[in-house]
Order: sequence, then structure tokens, then C-alpha cells
Amino acid sequence: MLKIENISKSFNPGTVNETKALRGLNLNVNDGDFITILGSNGAGKSTLFNAISGNFFVDEGRIILDDQNITFMPDYKRAKWIGRLFQDPLKGTAPHMTIEENLALAYLRAGQSKTFSRISKKDEEFFCEKLKMLDMGLEDRMHTQVGTLSGGQRQALTLLMATIVPPKILLLDEHTAALDPQAADKVLSLTKKIVEENHTTCLMITHNIHQGLQTGNRSLFMADGNIILDLQEEERKTITMEEVLEKFKAGAHKDLDNDRILLSE
Amino acid sequence: MAYILQTTLTLGFVYALVALALFISYRILDIADLTTDGCYVLGMAVSVAFAYQGHPFLGIFLAIISGGLAGFVTAFLQTRLGVPSILAGIVTNTGLYTVNLMAMGWTSNIALLKKETLFTLFHNLGIGGNWSDFILVSCITLLSMLFVRWFLSTRLGLSIRATGDNRDMVRASSINPRFTITVGLVLANCFTGLCGALVGQMQKSADINAGTGIVVIGLACLIIGETIINGKKTITRNIVAVLIGNIVYRFIYAIILQTRILPIDFLKLITALIVALAIAAPTIKENAQLYNRARKEMK
Repeated sequence: MLKIENISKSFNPGTVNETKALRGLNLNVNDGDFITILGSNGAGKSTLFNAISGNFFVDEGRIILDDQNITFMPDYKRAKWIGRLFQDPLKGTAPHMTIEENLALAYLRAGQSKTFSRISKKDEEFFCEKLKMLDMGLEDRMHTQVGTLSGGQRQALTLLMATIVPPKILLLDEHTAALDPQAADKVLSLTKKIVEENHTTCLMITHNIHQGLQTGNRSLFMADGNIILDLQEEERKTITMEEVLEKFKAGAHKDLDNDRILLSE
Repeated sequence: MAYILQTTLTLGFVYALVALALFISYRILDIADLTTDGCYVLGMAVSVAFAYQGHPFLGIFLAIISGGLAGFVTAFLQTRLGVPSILAGIVTNTGLYTVNLMAMGWTSNIALLKKETLFTLFHNLGIGGNWSDFILVSCITLLSMLFVRWFLSTRLGLSIRATGDNRDMVRASSINPRFTITVGLVLANCFTGLCGALVGQMQKSADINAGTGIVVIGLACLIIGETIINGKKTITRNIVAVLIGNIVYRFIYAIILQTRILPIDFLKLITALIVALAIAAPTIKENAQLYNRARKEMK
């Protein structure tokens, strides 16, 4: 459903600071895939997400979502089909607006609301229903400003906002890394539940290799702006950690300075 | 005394429109819109020029439209051409000086002696007697405030509020922030234009330099209002604060004018000081607290 063909992206081209963040990357994502992406800092994981969601246009190659070429489509138009969560729980919500108002904005992606319509009783009930699913008591605080919520609550709300209109593809950029362990577990299990219910295709960046191999149905390892290892369903179950590292080193064409960059818990 | 009260209230209500415009641009969109000064004179020039030709209603209407256009130019510069927002306002403001002169027929002031204005026409209806100007102005301002309150709770209004709060989130909701910024700035400058238009016809004159410092006075009123109406910040309270701030400012102005405790020429300097102090207050407070703590610890 998502086809990425030979995309490249350089930052600061022609200067001494030139960095090739993506180098001819190819990726074919099937409908309903839950893919985890692993790799050290600077491997190009977030850049790949930025390319998919349209934060910048790629220098080369094309991106095709459900047979539609979105390579040159601006980010806000792609947002109709692409949901995204960041590591920073503050990024996805408007702090000075209420929970209800935030949800109403996210629900605009459905394209049903009229420009001058206000939040109706029906909308309110619908949002309340959705908030109950999070099981955090937020349904009783619909008129609270989002800025007063905790990081975990904000991230759960962001998750709900990103999926309240089910996107074609959900990008999770280490979305539990900044939360305390309990909140992280909660948000992760909510993610799995929502993704399963809607059969959403999902890409998740993580630094935790165990989590990476246990979650979803496919794992990608990235280094130097490319995918160097692509493990499918069966392979992931049988492979040992040593084999992963061996394959990873072979793919990266260099010794890792430190295994911890890949193996951090 | 009654006359002073009347003037103060009338001016407080009419200038609340500028503060309302700044509330939209500065507080809601988080953009310091420096188009305000020129836009105010533009509204005044258009309205007075048309009233001079015998079309006071058309003048007010066109003043609102031209204010909106000025806002659009500023918005276009910053959203489409990448001009930094403060600079975009200054550029438009500079250009407007010539446009304003043009609107006034290349003279630096026009007087509406013995011409019909919105205010003389309303006065002739016999409503309110001496207070007719106040009644007309307060109705227009209150309606504008109600409109803004309603507008900000619509889907489009919510998107504009979110644009000032978290622009990334607006994009993620599939809304183009360029569009919301443009709508917000156009709307804000419509109100600025309307204010200039009303003041022009009320005072029966237009002057090319009438707008100097309007943006700072507007900000002062906004901040005075917010300080008086403290507590929970809701949109309704903030909009009411805009009006309260203006009335309080005009009272201070009237007191200075009447008692002459200060030469009237000092007023702009004092206004600037109020704004600078009010905006700096949180930082000053924080630094003072830190300084006190450090002094105690270091003893």
C-alpha cells in the first residue's frame, strides 16, 4: 500500500555540513503490516518518517500511497491519510485548548464538519465515547486545558487524535521513549489495541531491540540512510541476538563502535 | 463631568476594536501584527473620503474591506513569500502611507465640515440625545465582540486558535496553517479598519498621522484588561477584558488630560512604559525571586 522507490535526501547540500540522510532507500509496505524500525542515531529513521509525512520533499525518488503519487503533496494534505506521533508528548496537542477542542480539530480530518459549525452535543458524546477507551478518566475532563495533563495522558490523547479518523498509515516515532515505564506500557498497549481494531498499517521506530522484535510482524534495521536488514515474521522468531548483530555488521559494512547503540534496553 | 464620562466611554468602546484586532493577531495567532498603525489610518481615510463625497455608509463598508486587504497583504508576505512576520507588517505599514495619502486625495488631512456622517444621521433619528454617539459605537463594538466570540468557537475559529498554539498539530489535522494565518490577519485588520472608519466620521476628520502608536496603545489596553480580569483565561473573559482595558486606559487618559498632573505630550511615553512593564512583568518577578533566594542562601 505504501511504496517508497529509491528516495534520497541531503541536508545542506554543497556545504561542508552536507549530510546524506537518505541514500536511495526502497521500501514496500503491505496492507496491515506492523513494522518496527531499529537503528542507531543518525541512521535516518526519523528522516524516513519526515519524508513519508511530507515535512520536506525528497531530492530523488517517489513515494506512492495506495496507487497515488504523493511525492510532491504538501504535508497538511498528506495528514488526511498519515497519522504521526512524536517522542515529545507536547508536539501533538494544543496546550491552551481543551481536550474536546483538540479532538474536534483532529476530527476535521474526516472532512465532514462545516467550516462555521460548532461542537455539537452529538460530537461531544462521540468524543466522550472515544476517551473512555483510553481508560484514564479523561472523559470527565473534556473541558480541561490539555496543558494541565501529564505526559502520558497527552501522548494517549495524541494517539487518539491521530486515529480518531483511522489513517491509512500510522507513524510512531519512539512515541513512548519520553514517558515513565508505566505510562509507556499503557500507551504501547493502547497503540496495539487501536492498530489491531482498525487494521491500521503501522511503522514504529524503537531503540529497544527486544520490543522491536516482539512487536508487529516485520523489523527493519537502518544504517547510513538505508535499510540494511529486513526481517520477516518467521525469521524474527528464530533469530538469535548474535545473528542479528552479525547480519547488522555485515549490512552496515563496518564494525559497530558500540553494540549498545543498537541494544539499548 | 458627565461630558468627560461620555467621551471616555465612547472612546473606550470605539478603540476596543483595535484591541480586539490585536487580541486576534497577538494573543490568538501569536503574531505581532505591525500593520495596525497604517491600517487604522487607511480605514479612517477611506471612510472620511467617502463621507466627504456624501457616502458615509459606503465609506464604513469599504474601510472594513480595505483594512482586510491590508491584512491580506501582510499575511501574503509572511505565508507565501517567507518574510518574517514582524517585518511583513512593517513593510505593509510603510507602503500604506502612500496608499493612505492617495485615498485622501493627496492631502494630509480632510475635514468633514457640515457633511453627513454615520453619527449625524444616527443623531437625527433622535435616539439617546447627547449619548447617541456612545450608543451607536457601543452597539457596533458589542456586536463585533459577540461575532468574534462566536467565530472562535466554530471549526475555522478553532483551527485559527490552534495555529497560534501548536502549528504542527494544525498541519497534522490536515489544515493549511497559511490559510488560517491569512484568515486571522484579514479578520483582525477588518476590525482595525472599522475602528479608524468610526473614529474618522465621529471626529469629522482624517489625518495621515492619526495612527502613530495605535498598536502600542492597543496592546496596553489588552494587557491592562488582562491584568484586571485575572483568574481563569477563557475566550469570553479575554474578550471582555479587551473592552475593560480600553475603558480604564481612556479614564487614565482623561484624568491626565483634565488634571494636567502630567503634560499631555508625555502620554505616548507613558503608554510605551506601561506596555514594556506589563510585558516584562513576569520576567522581572522571576528574576527578583531568584535574586532574593540567592541572597539568602549566600549569607
